[in-house]
Amino acid sequence: MTRQVFAYIIHKDGVADDTALEMVAAAGKLDSDARVTAVVAGAGSKLDSVCNEAASSFAEVWKIDNPALAYVTSEVLRPMLVLILPKNGIILVPHDHFGMDLAPGLSIKLDAAYLPDAVDFQGIDNGKLKAVREEYTGQVSTHVLTDISEGVVITVRPGSFKADESKRGEGHVVDKTPEAIEGGLPAGSCRFLEIVEAEVGDVDITKSDILVSVGRGIEDEDNLEIIHELAEAMGGDVSCSRPIVDAKWLEKSRQVGTSGQTVKPKVYMALGISGTFQHVGGLKGSPFVIAINKSPRAPIFQVADVGIVDDILDFIPELTERINELKG
Amino acid sequence: MEILVCIKRVPDTSENEIEVNRDGTDIERDDLVCSVNEWDNYAVEEAIQIRDRVGGSVTVVSVGDEEAEEVVRREMAMGADKGILLSDDAFEGSDGRGIAAILKAEVKRGNYDLVLTGAQADDGAAQVGGMLAAMLDWPFASLVNFIEFVDDKKIKVGREIAGGNQEMYEINLPSVLSIQTGINEPRYVSIRGIRKVASLEIPVHTAGNLGISPESVGEPGAKTKRLDYFMPEPGEGAEILEGSTDEIIDKLIELLKAKGGIK
Repeated sequence: MTRQVFAYIIHKDGVADDTALEMVAAAGKLDSDARVTAVVAGAGSKLDSVCNEAASSFAEVWKIDNPALAYVTSEVLRPMLVLILPKNGIILVPHDHFGMDLAPGLSIKLDAAYLPDAVDFQGIDNGKLKAVREEYTGQVSTHVLTDISEGVVITVRPGSFKADESKRGEGHVVDKTPEAIEGGLPAGSCRFLEIVEAEVGDVDITKSDILVSVGRGIEDEDNLEIIHELAEAMGGDVSCSRPIVDAKWLEKSRQVGTSGQTVKPKVYMALGISGTFQHVGGLKGSPFVIAINKSPRAPIFQVADVGIVDDILDFIPELTERINELKG
Repeated sequence: MEILVCIKRVPDTSENEIEVNRDGTDIERDDLVCSVNEWDNYAVEEAIQIRDRVGGSVTVVSVGDEEAEEVVRREMAMGADKGILLSDDAFEGSDGRGIAAILKAEVKRGNYDLVLTGAQADDGAAQVGGMLAAMLDWPFASLVNFIEFVDDKKIKVGREIAGGNQEMYEINLPSVLSIQTGINEPRYVSIRGIRKVASLEIPVHTAGNLGISPESVGEPGAKTKRLDYFMPEPGEGAEILEGSTDEIIDKLIELLKAKGGIK
């Protein structure tokens, strides 16, 4: 029996998210014989462009078109998905801020198993899917076995599958709207109000060629001075990872990562940054990455070009001094 | 406002290097420093601040063995009014759905207006809050970084999304929210504070108390099971610079010059 796999497509301004083609690859790795359907929700002509785009990569596209989805929220979408998705299906959702909101509750409402933040699939045997996950912010990996015989909702980590650009879709769009709104629109116990845009900071790190980026390894706010001094010596700007912003040591506009800024410098210094996938997700345009961390096992060393295993508090002042000597 | 905060005791990644044990069945637990999950600590702080503004009480609850009592007590020292431990051999090996089912049973025993969880914990799954909300049929928002009370029936909530932007919602109570780090600055807990709550009783609720059939949770009820732990493949990995600090700096400066890293 051909398995049915569904991939939820995130989109913005009429364009599918990067994760859409990653879902094609993920579904292929999960089961190369599966029939893969894209599920696209939204409203109006922009939705149609996304559906047409998806049709070139998926066997089928299910469209849900309703003004209530002009801005898609998980509390409005979830009951609609529950109405159209078959029991026992395999549903893939990107593990991002939207997927984390939508998917756990979806698995409960579909009475399906849940497999969060999968980074790889290693085959289905006897109704059980073997997958790879990470724990402790990537310090260790695990194999997990999920019983998918009564369906499963899986969130797939963005960036963990290489986009499938082969465009082998069949261009077939099915309007599932009537079925999806059969239950009426949700009563509105959760009403979307607006988007509050990120505050603009004093420095626009998205335009910097050289970023000197600091993480938890700096230990104390007073130590930030050595980072500013290095950035000045190199002629770069200071950026940071999430814990530094959480501690209110630097403003949010300097945070690199999926919940912060997407940067594309030529050179990126990751100093005392462990390298969560959310942080690394903010690095684009293949910068030359230099990681300095006292833990040789920090995940950042897997994505860096060059690594130095040392305590940044010892290493950075010496480096700054040498660069300053060099520059006279 | 009656607020329940769900917390978990986890290995502290800022205090430990997490290693896999010899046969890959678990992480190395000798000398492992554990503490309350970082996200949960922000959730407790937020609950305390809400209580101090609008009145009511804060209860912290944890599913775990007797060791979990230590983190419940810590959060009581922070300012939570009550603590509850949900503990039973039948709970061991629960997947996210099992944990959510156990918590749901506890929520149903109380009269809560708001349930908070951390956005995620040590396993990075980010699942329990959303599952719990779906089981209760309550509205849910994840990655919450702002909460404001509109009236005793509604709250205004901010969710962290991509690019530092924020989605704003108005949500009816009761609801479940998962809390993102950075929403507040969790207060420091002093040794004296912990001593003050050392003798407070923390009730333990079992599967029997909660009316949970043992086979629906724990290992037997779990649809997703961990098979083993292993070290991630190094991939291509970074070229690690070695030598004395001076030698490393020489190499690094050459690289920086070549790549445009010194202006």
